[in-house]
Amino acid sequence: MISGTIDKIAGPLVVADGMKDARMYDLVYVSDYKLIGEIIELKEDKASIQVYEETGGLKPGDPVTATGKPLSVELGPGLVTAIYDGIQRPLDEIRKVAGDWITRGISIRGLDHGKEWDFAPVATVGLKVTGGEVLGSVPETKLITHKVMVPPEVSGEITWMIEAGKYNIDTIIAKLKTSDGSTVELPMYHNWPVRKPRPIAEKKAPEEPLITGQRVIDAFFPLGKGGTACVPGPFGSGKTVIQHQLAKWADAEMVVYVGCGERGNEMTDVLQEFPELEDPKTGEPLILRTVLVANTSNMPVAAREASVYTGITIGEYFRDMGYSVALMADSTSRWAEAMREMSGRLEEMPGEEGYPAYLGTRIAEFYERAGNVKCIGGDRSGALTVVGAVSPAGGDLSDPVVQSTLRVVKVFWSLQARLAYARHFPAIGWLDSYSLYTDNLKDYYDEKLGTEWVPMIKEAISLLQQEANLLEIARLVGAESLSPEDQLILFTARSLREDFLHQNAFHDVDTYTSITKQKIMMEVIMHTSAEMKKAIRSSVSPGELFELPLKEEIARMSYIPEDRLDDIEAIKKHVNSQINDLIEKEQIA
Amino acid sequence: MIREYTTTVEISGPLMLVDGVEGVAYEELVEIELPDGEIRHGKVLEIDSRMTLIQLFEGSSGTGITESRVRFLGKQVELGVSEEMLGRVFDGQGRPRAPFDTAPPIVPEKMKNINGAPINPCARDYPAEFIQTGFSSIDGINTLVRGQKLPVFSGSGLPHAAVAAQIARQAKVIGGGENFAVVFAAMGITFEEADYFIRDFRKTGAMDRAVVFMNLASDPAIERISTPRMALTAAEYLAYEKDMHILVILTDMTNYCDALREISAARKEVPGRRGYPGYLYTDLASLYERAGRIKGRKGSITQIPILTMPEDDKTHPIPDLTGYITEGQLILNRELHKKGIYPPMDVMESLSRLKDKGIGKNKTREDHADLFNQLMAAYSAGKDAKELAVILGVAALSPLDQKYLAFAHEYEKKYISQGEHESRNIEETLDLGWELLKLLPRSEMKRIDPGRLDKYWPEEVASS
Repeated sequence: MISGTIDKIAGPLVVADGMKDARMYDLVYVSDYKLIGEIIELKEDKASIQVYEETGGLKPGDPVTATGKPLSVELGPGLVTAIYDGIQRPLDEIRKVAGDWITRGISIRGLDHGKEWDFAPVATVGLKVTGGEVLGSVPETKLITHKVMVPPEVSGEITWMIEAGKYNIDTIIAKLKTSDGSTVELPMYHNWPVRKPRPIAEKKAPEEPLITGQRVIDAFFPLGKGGTACVPGPFGSGKTVIQHQLAKWADAEMVVYVGCGERGNEMTDVLQEFPELEDPKTGEPLILRTVLVANTSNMPVAAREASVYTGITIGEYFRDMGYSVALMADSTSRWAEAMREMSGRLEEMPGEEGYPAYLGTRIAEFYERAGNVKCIGGDRSGALTVVGAVSPAGGDLSDPVVQSTLRVVKVFWSLQARLAYARHFPAIGWLDSYSLYTDNLKDYYDEKLGTEWVPMIKEAISLLQQEANLLEIARLVGAESLSPEDQLILFTARSLREDFLHQNAFHDVDTYTSITKQKIMMEVIMHTSAEMKKAIRSSVSPGELFELPLKEEIARMSYIPEDRLDDIEAIKKHVNSQINDLIEKEQIA
Repeated sequence: MIREYTTTVEISGPLMLVDGVEGVAYEELVEIELPDGEIRHGKVLEIDSRMTLIQLFEGSSGTGITESRVRFLGKQVELGVSEEMLGRVFDGQGRPRAPFDTAPPIVPEKMKNINGAPINPCARDYPAEFIQTGFSSIDGINTLVRGQKLPVFSGSGLPHAAVAAQIARQAKVIGGGENFAVVFAAMGITFEEADYFIRDFRKTGAMDRAVVFMNLASDPAIERISTPRMALTAAEYLAYEKDMHILVILTDMTNYCDALREISAARKEVPGRRGYPGYLYTDLASLYERAGRIKGRKGSITQIPILTMPEDDKTHPIPDLTGYITEGQLILNRELHKKGIYPPMDVMESLSRLKDKGIGKNKTREDHADLFNQLMAAYSAGKDAKELAVILGVAALSPLDQKYLAFAHEYEKKYISQGEHESRNIEETLDLGWELLKLLPRSEMKRIDPGRLDKYWPEEVASS
């Protein structure tokens, strides 16, 4: 233990004397309140410490103790369904101890060490194991079987295994003899430093899409499992709703939701809603596959900086078990601002907009922890998908956080205020968003949805681009003076926008659309467009075509439940008959 | 133990540097006695083993290096609270504020730290009770719920004061037994504006259920930092300890932020955008996040902060950061104001994030959400048509666009606009929405669930 004394206090930054032997990023306890902090700068015998709790009331001369260990999280059974603050203290336990408001100096461990779990061993005595190898399993929730693994960087021969039974996580479940002859006792959990990525065997390119049930995402700008995406947008453009929708409906096996410097009520919303919502695949409550990390905007700023690391370390741990994990971070801008605040207090030379010069590096390091991987210790594959919301100042995409993020992520969902004002949700702009995974995922789509899907989407995107150009012209000369073909493009593009891309997150049916239904919906729209094109060639006037009652049927497609997809198929027949009637009428005339 | 020092070495702007102080705690409350016996207050802003930096609440004019006696009081800034606060007017430090209030100070029931503590997200209860403000543009479109923080983004010369006063006057929860009070914090507003609120509160009897904290434009700017904290501390006491439903109005947040910038500049901190400190977001959050509801407690705090956007610019750091913290925003629009529409609510850019949980069956009416979506889509289309009409003339618009144009016009005139003493109940607001939608063809009702459309607008009517 290295101890020193407080020399200076300025907001969340405390400088301590007598810390010559401490190391960077060591965890420290500050004053008799035992406030938790982390060393972020060392100068001779002075250590600058970012303190994760309110510093009011601290005095120069108060004691500071370094633990000699970096900030770590506890990984083991009991993580799922938990809600943590930025440094993995369970908020529900804090409430039991401290009441409705969060007070200081509360020390509660991340996992419940008293609770007993049903442990079933998998490994046997005599087996030589390395980090990541599965020792046994615990049915943690109905949706998650927790695999208890040898901690990374530990290896040896199993000399003793516990029998199946009910144990708490402190119970030693296996003993290993390492190569140097010493014995390592392994309990059901281990600690891992949050700032250090957990090792993997091999990283692969994403091969499967993360199906989200959100039409604009799955069809137009898909995200691969193990990929990265960012959602920048001004306030009110629906970043949080998109993050919530992904957390609810994405077909990941495990979801880690990090509320970083955002609103308290939003976390409450997730906490109250997730136990009630059903996972579309299993019918079980969503909370059974969710871990929440909540550091709201009024909670201490330094812990906000730690919260994204806490979240991603937990995500990596479940990935190592072979799960497909999705991590949502809302919002990474608050994380960056926390860095800026600490950097300012350290009097570092600022980079762009006052952000520290290492902003881009930190962001890149964070997103690089995502990936579709082969796990260490056995033949398992896992994926960690990361979706970060960004809240640029004034909605301006030249913001340093947005730009640094765009350099590393592969999917960009551009939220637009203009769409949000028109209540077009999700307000993901179809002209400037992109996904660099479409080529990787083509094989998957060809197999699941048929080879016609990818070209159909390309055509739809091209129609929307043509619409943008045509609207410019229409603004000058009026839509009526466009050629009938061009008017049809406008008609189809409008239908794509209003009947396909627009999706109501708060409607029971519309909130989630399977990719099968997405394909049928898209087919109906494109089929209608093709039939109308024929009719126009047979000199039917566009005005008549666009007034056909089929329009109303198409508009209501999205509200048709998944078990009545034939009803959507049937629309194609109505389209044919209505348009053929017009063609015949025209031919008689 | 009270320790007194006369070792001031520097005074600059609102900051005072004292040498050789021992045993002082960060954020400790400080008293400064001037030679004439006047007492000023401040708090410890930064300490190291030698120097202590103090932020003066009432400004530094009249303080001197040699004559000031600095006393550290061993506690943080506190407000004495009691139910007697109702009906009273205080200054930014919780003392009765003449000339609005000449009664003696209250006898506090207890002292509370004005910084409060963050509410545990696990303890929060999600705001879901509809508050009827009587404004169609709020109730119908950007619904306010109990425990929400919904700011008004205004500009100089726009009637935000009238809107805020009208909300304070009319706000009620349908069917809720009323234990309602207003806490009003004025930061740097003019005497006239303050007088308008006080008069309005007195005239309508709202004053008996109001606690007012007042820092006028002529009062020390630095006091603006503590004013909203005082107000929110009073609100928390009344809401969570006395089971009252509190509406907190904070005006004008722009003045508050400017005071914060003043201190930051005096400390020579690295400035963020437009000279505001990098921690402006965190600081604003520590105020706004004090709104909410708590499980197992009866009361609630609903916040309506008001701010004037410099040059009506929504991307200015103050409205920008506010918008990222609050649960939506009500934006007043100069163009509508010039057209004579009151309240000049820009319904397109305004937003209430919590409305979805506060509307619908058993809260307002089952058709509310669909109706809202359709009205917004239609108004947006109408505004697009209007733009087109400016270039091409109305005659060149398609028949459908002409209908949308007419709709937008009627919508502004009949729906958004209403009298300063007109309170519409939610049924009236919703019915008015349907009436206006009927200006459009029924096939355009794409945002409405088919079943509901049949109920509220039966098909036969459409063909007539």
